[in-house]
Amino acid sequence: MKLNRRRFMKYAAASSAIATAGSLFPGISFGNWQQVTGNSGIVSWEKAPCRFCGTGCGVLVGVSDGRAVAVKGDPSCSVNKGLCCMKGYHSVQALYGADRITTARVRKNGEMVEVPISEALDLVAAKLAETREKHGKDSVAMYGSGQWTIPDGYVASKLFKGCLGTNNVEANARLCMASAVTGFMTTFGLDEPMGCYEDIDNANVFITWGNNMAEMHPVLFSRMLANRKQRADVQIIDFATRLTRTSQAADKSILFNPQTDLAVANAICYEIINNDWVNWNFVNEHVSFHKGKTNIGYGTEDHFAFTDKAEPISLDEYKTFLEDYTPEKVEKISGVPAKDIKYLASLYGDPTVKVTSFWCMGMNQHTRGTWINNLVYNIHLLVGKISTPGSGPFSLTGQPSACGTVREVGTLTHALPHGVVMNEEDRKTAARIWDVPVENIDPKPTYHTVEMFRALDRGDIRFMWIQVTNPMVTMPNLNRYRKGAEKDDRFIVVSDVYPTPTTDVADVILPAAMWIEQEGLFGNSERRTQHFDEILTPPGEAMSDTWQIIEVARRLGFEKQFPWSRDDYIGKIWEEYRLFHAGAKHEMAPYTVLKKRSGVQWPFVNGKETRWRYNPKYDPACSNGKDFDFYGKKDNRAWIWARPYEPAAESPDGEFNFWLNTGRVIEHWHTGSMTRRVPVLNNAMPSSYVELHPDDAADLGVVNGEMVKIISRRGEIQMPAQIRGRGVPARGMVFVPFFDESYLINELTLDAFCPISKQPDYKKCAVRLEKA
Amino acid sequence: MPIFSYLAIPKNGAKKALCTELDALDHCEIIPAENQDVVVLVTETPDETAEEELQDSLKNLQSLQSLSLAFGCDTSEQQEK
Ligand code: SF4
Repeated sequence: MKLNRRRFMKYAAASSAIATAGSLFPGISFGNWQQVTGNSGIVSWEKAPCRFCGTGCGVLVGVSDGRAVAVKGDPSCSVNKGLCCMKGYHSVQALYGADRITTARVRKNGEMVEVPISEALDLVAAKLAETREKHGKDSVAMYGSGQWTIPDGYVASKLFKGCLGTNNVEANARLCMASAVTGFMTTFGLDEPMGCYEDIDNANVFITWGNNMAEMHPVLFSRMLANRKQRADVQIIDFATRLTRTSQAADKSILFNPQTDLAVANAICYEIINNDWVNWNFVNEHVSFHKGKTNIGYGTEDHFAFTDKAEPISLDEYKTFLEDYTPEKVEKISGVPAKDIKYLASLYGDPTVKVTSFWCMGMNQHTRGTWINNLVYNIHLLVGKISTPGSGPFSLTGQPSACGTVREVGTLTHALPHGVVMNEEDRKTAARIWDVPVENIDPKPTYHTVEMFRALDRGDIRFMWIQVTNPMVTMPNLNRYRKGAEKDDRFIVVSDVYPTPTTDVADVILPAAMWIEQEGLFGNSERRTQHFDEILTPPGEAMSDTWQIIEVARRLGFEKQFPWSRDDYIGKIWEEYRLFHAGAKHEMAPYTVLKKRSGVQWPFVNGKETRWRYNPKYDPACSNGKDFDFYGKKDNRAWIWARPYEPAAESPDGEFNFWLNTGRVIEHWHTGSMTRRVPVLNNAMPSSYVELHPDDAADLGVVNGEMVKIISRRGEIQMPAQIRGRGVPARGMVFVPFFDESYLINELTLDAFCPISKQPDYKKCAVRLEKA
Repeated sequence: MPIFSYLAIPKNGAKKALCTELDALDHCEIIPAENQDVVVLVTETPDETAEEELQDSLKNLQSLQSLSLAFGCDTSEQQEK
């Protein structure tokens, strides 16, 4: 074993250097690396998607003596073509942390006690049944994740929605992708991007909207840099609220005041129309204009309800709406010089330039998240730059299967694997495939994530099962939700791989198989489904989340709906799930095809992947005989929305005079529960910090590393200052990464959300600072 | 047992010479980039003394322009998990 360990560390050393080289020298290749690994006794290389972001890089995992010892990029995966970032190269080390949870634990007289997993599963089933009996069907809930495999999410939905009759199924993707979904649905009538990563190899201009791709989607960013190096006519514009590594690498960096992206997007549309850069053929044939409700609130109160209402408007009404958004007017609220707004508009408006817009959390974690998604679509639709190679709006996803498991399987309260619970036909389809009475499926959605945790606090929910996520670090306004989870008569089950602040509040902890210790499937940002085998044996009694749910379902009497054997359940589940998506608009590849390839894009029709949707050259679902077919909407058109600028839920004032912005760093995945157990990543970024503008730091009298107290209306925290680090916020803003559970920054954030998507805004709330 | 990895950047046009020089040193493995003037160097020395000697040798390489550390660990300090 000593030899293995050293070999492993040498491999990690080489991986680190190669990853560093990849970020510093775009397009660099180390094709002869295998000569080194060939000498090291690795016996097999197995394919899998990386689990540490939504890019979905294909990796090859080197296995020796039943242990994963190495990772390299899979050259046959079109996503990354053999590259990985530092998290990918070190990903297998996350399997082997010393405190891995390998046995089940149950709270007895206040203490967590190890028990056989079968006893823990008996208790979970008994408690679930008892709670339901005593408090009603909607008193039990499942909270999952965009890191759930597709089968995990599918069986969770089938058990809770189909068998137990409650729509209390949510996933943490509500916190990261819900606005992207409602943005797509309101504009196109169908979810998920029309384009694919090949857009990067075709675009001339990349505009990143509040999106630090250099750290969050590093392999895609390096592909952009490589394209810029190879082609003379490529530029990157970073449009953001703080300077990051993306800004440093960009050709131009433009800063805007938080929340005013709404105004700037409208100003770009104003300029496009004012200069007659509109692609009238496209607009006349393929676009219709609408408005919705305004002054729509922020959802900070319990039981907040909102339903938007679309009304058609004319092009002239849309033009009148835009008159409030001249570049000069917008400069005043956004801080973006009018000339920069005009410059952005000219790039979108130039018919010879292919533009791809990228975004992720900056636009989605936004109290007007749906609106800002709509507004960026408006820009692309006005100039007809969409659904063609290199031109398109591209909403990136954060988690490896936020698309696959949450958006496609529909693990949100209102959704089903196809359609929504409110639609009778969709309920009938689900009931038929699930073999349950249609009456089982409740036509009313229950709680979205924030409201689900509020319901847990109030006592409307008494039993919650949490899998593959860490809400006791990630929920906004965390103090309230932790206290709710800790209440005496709440029963919390947590399936996880390491101890976290969420396992701290658990009554039962179930040891979970991690990533390649189970067979599964993910779905990435570009509609790519990626299968992986069980490459390693899970440690101790660890079990896949899918199988845990099946075990509980059977204990509850649903053997008929969960009949599969442990030898082949993933293939069987996939083929059942695939029935929901039959047809040219969403056909998924068969299991046998997925097993062989490094990912397959849907719609997968007649053996062919669809690269660009809504364009008949690439998309067999187009049937209107025109150059584009936006078949998601009943009028066969994409919708341009008049959506105004409205301020954030909480803005700096005399008492709390700074914006607080939160986010991630390249070294760590989400709450760091896995990556902080990888020595290289942990050493590179051992703890969190508060990033300040140098002038704000000087005003406060703090230097690098000194402690700063950050205070919001909901909580306070002390952490070390970082000044002129890798990121520099604008004056009047601080930025805090959330990966470090010793600094629970979400005790300060606000649980305001977009009233349409119900996704919270982690990028904007008000705080004040003191030198600690 | 310290293990380190570095990005070694050769002086102009000296990538081949740098590879030869590094190859000749004890405790060194190299992975030259195929398409750029960058060499990944992985070192594994048995103890602190050997490590210091190697550092001295690296400093004296004629063809080396710069060396940046990418990774470091000491396997003797780590328990087998
Ligand atoms: S970019 Fe994302 S998917 Fe690719 S290796 Fe890095 S963490 Fe993994």
